[in-house]
Amino acid sequence: MGLMDRHAIIEKNATLLLIGSLLVVTVGGIVEIAPLFYLDNTIEKVEGMRPYSPLELAGRNIYVREGCYLCHSQMIRPFRDEVERYGHYSLAAESMYDHPFQWGSKRTGPDLARVGDRYSNLWHVEHLTDPRSVVPESIMPSYAFLKDTPIEVKDFSTHLVANRRVGVPYNDDMIAHANADLMVQADPNADTSGLEKRYPKAKIGDFDGNPQQVTEMDALVAYLQMLGTLVDFKHYDEAAGYR
Amino acid sequence: MKFGTPIFALGLFTFAALVAAGFGVDEPFRQHMWVLFFVLLGFVAILIRNTSFEATAPIDPSAYMDGPIRYGAIATMFWGVVGMLVGVVIALQLAYPDLNIQPWFNFGRLRPLHTSGVVFAFGGNALLCTSLYVVQRTCRARLFGGDLGWFVFWGYQLFIVMAATGYLLGITESREYAEPEWYVDIWLTIVWVAYLILFLGTILKRKEPHIYVANWFYLSFIVTIAMLHVVNNLSMPASFLGSKSYSAFSGVQDALTQWWYGHNAVGFFLTAGFLGMMYYFVPKQANRPVYSYRLSIIHFWAIIFLYIWAGPHHLHYTALPDWAQTLGMVFSIMLWMPSWGGMINGLMTLSGAWDKLRTDPIIRMMVMAIAFYGMSTFEGPMMSIKTVNSLSHYTDWTIGHVHSGALGWVGMISFGAIYYMVPKLWNRQRLYSLRLVTWHFWLATLGIVVYAAVMWVSGIMQGLMWREYDEQGFLVYSFAETVAAMHPYYVMRAIGGAMYLSGALLMAWNITMTILGYQREEEPMPGSVPAPQPAE
Repeated sequence: MGLMDRHAIIEKNATLLLIGSLLVVTVGGIVEIAPLFYLDNTIEKVEGMRPYSPLELAGRNIYVREGCYLCHSQMIRPFRDEVERYGHYSLAAESMYDHPFQWGSKRTGPDLARVGDRYSNLWHVEHLTDPRSVVPESIMPSYAFLKDTPIEVKDFSTHLVANRRVGVPYNDDMIAHANADLMVQADPNADTSGLEKRYPKAKIGDFDGNPQQVTEMDALVAYLQMLGTLVDFKHYDEAAGYR
Repeated sequence: MKFGTPIFALGLFTFAALVAAGFGVDEPFRQHMWVLFFVLLGFVAILIRNTSFEATAPIDPSAYMDGPIRYGAIATMFWGVVGMLVGVVIALQLAYPDLNIQPWFNFGRLRPLHTSGVVFAFGGNALLCTSLYVVQRTCRARLFGGDLGWFVFWGYQLFIVMAATGYLLGITESREYAEPEWYVDIWLTIVWVAYLILFLGTILKRKEPHIYVANWFYLSFIVTIAMLHVVNNLSMPASFLGSKSYSAFSGVQDALTQWWYGHNAVGFFLTAGFLGMMYYFVPKQANRPVYSYRLSIIHFWAIIFLYIWAGPHHLHYTALPDWAQTLGMVFSIMLWMPSWGGMINGLMTLSGAWDKLRTDPIIRMMVMAIAFYGMSTFEGPMMSIKTVNSLSHYTDWTIGHVHSGALGWVGMISFGAIYYMVPKLWNRQRLYSLRLVTWHFWLATLGIVVYAAVMWVSGIMQGLMWREYDEQGFLVYSFAETVAAMHPYYVMRAIGGAMYLSGALLMAWNITMTILGYQREEEPMPGSVPAPQPAE
């Protein structure tokens, strides 16, 4: 009985066909994805990574909500021109707390993986309000409404708890102070020592220039200003990190 | 018809939506629940109005169940026009950014509306209605499960409405082509499992001993999409009364899971399912058997095995480990062969019937679809080569590639299938107008050519400008200059898209008139009627 004749068995049995095709399509995913969860060298050893502060996380959620990833990547490839344009190529470690990842797939606008500290808060606010006032060639939409939208915090700690459940190392202290930390980070006059201890290198300031309230603009700029600033590349071993 | 149980169940869900609208923890979620409430209320009202206590004629168990298919054909046309219209709008937004209207109609919120609109609403409805049409006729069996077919149809439309309104409200998981949030994902899972039961159940009660090849493709598409959807959307909601959830995976693992899904949304949703469509409608329209039975077996198993591996080519030169990138590249190149196996099997089905290209614009459409399938399944493996990808990635070249596949292959084969099905579903002698089909064919074909050619030029130019150095070793262009250089191409791209959309509008008109029972009086297609010979 030839191979083709044997195939006739599958053609006459829907259950076999279903199970057969399901088995065939699972192989690739298992071989490619599963090892990423247990191979130690998948994520490089770096110093400086920490979970997002509540305000940064809230800003990141706005970044996701507005679909920024559709035009801006956060993944610098190891090419001369990209490294010169945007900075050190991106490491897997730099997105290890990103649920979901925001690497993006298209650069209608420039890469943002290391946009933190490159521009002033004022520049970001003006750019988000009216992009063409600071970059005449820009085709970015305006996000002026963020300035007028106070950030909605019923209970932001639930967001930290959800992140902890999927593996981000938020500790009890961080969760207990989540709501307070969120407000404090946008207030330069507040006592931020606790926040800075919990989230080293966190940028503190009245990001949107409006001290009256904490807006979505505060959160988004706080997030943009920390992008790519955490890892200390002075202590990064390129050779050991190569996979 | 008495709809006691559905009215009761829907009423409960309507009330639940109202409660969620009141107690939701974030504003988008509350707005979304209001949308759901009014949609469900509408459903309940329609069911109550259509309730009748008169005895209904018993259903003939040997007759095909074509109701959901007729609705599906109309839904395909409707969502197709909507999705393509949004596509033209966002193309124009890239050329003229003042067309963005914040916050609901900014590019970032409209773009998922376009992609989901054409992939899942247009493509999904096309797959749904053709698969149910094909499975009944090739199995000679009525759809399994009574009204299950209606549940799948309306459940899927509800998913579309919830996904689409969610995007505009800013509810997204940001996973490309899997953007809907957790509660919409759960609903889709329920509908999809019902679809699997409906399709498999119909195959199981078939009267033909063999399962026809089109059904292999449809079945593998349904089951693989179920697997991909469930795994890729695993996430942890921040609150069960809120819209926000956090992906179960992070960073590099999340990226590969997403592109394992993303590439196979192309491989199984947009390829395997539509190959099923090809394997039924091309032989039917050409009135010829499938070219090679052996080839169909080989390319079926090869394509479903190989496609799953190709995801990492979306992540070349990223922080994904090199071994995974290399695996993805190798399998993507291998994928070229079974893809062309499918193309050859489709094209060669016309051997002996090539003359129909002159007389039958529907065959012409199907052949053009297969030709574009061949073109984009060559371009895809080429772009997955790391060296090529280093130039093409992040540029418009990718967008052009997707559209030659989506507009050329998926769109054209669906149009062909709908043109074939509609007269039969409504018992019409023929379409309202074949001349309009010819117009549609040329508008669509020229639209794709304009679109793809423009995106090649702009994509390659963009990639080259980013990496151009002068003789002193400085980068020549700032990023803003490369954006400015794209403007003329973005205008031309919008024109190509608008041509394609206008073809679809002609089709919608043609289909509507056919359904209403009109026939346009027109000259027959040249060559379709034998020219009278002078008597000797």
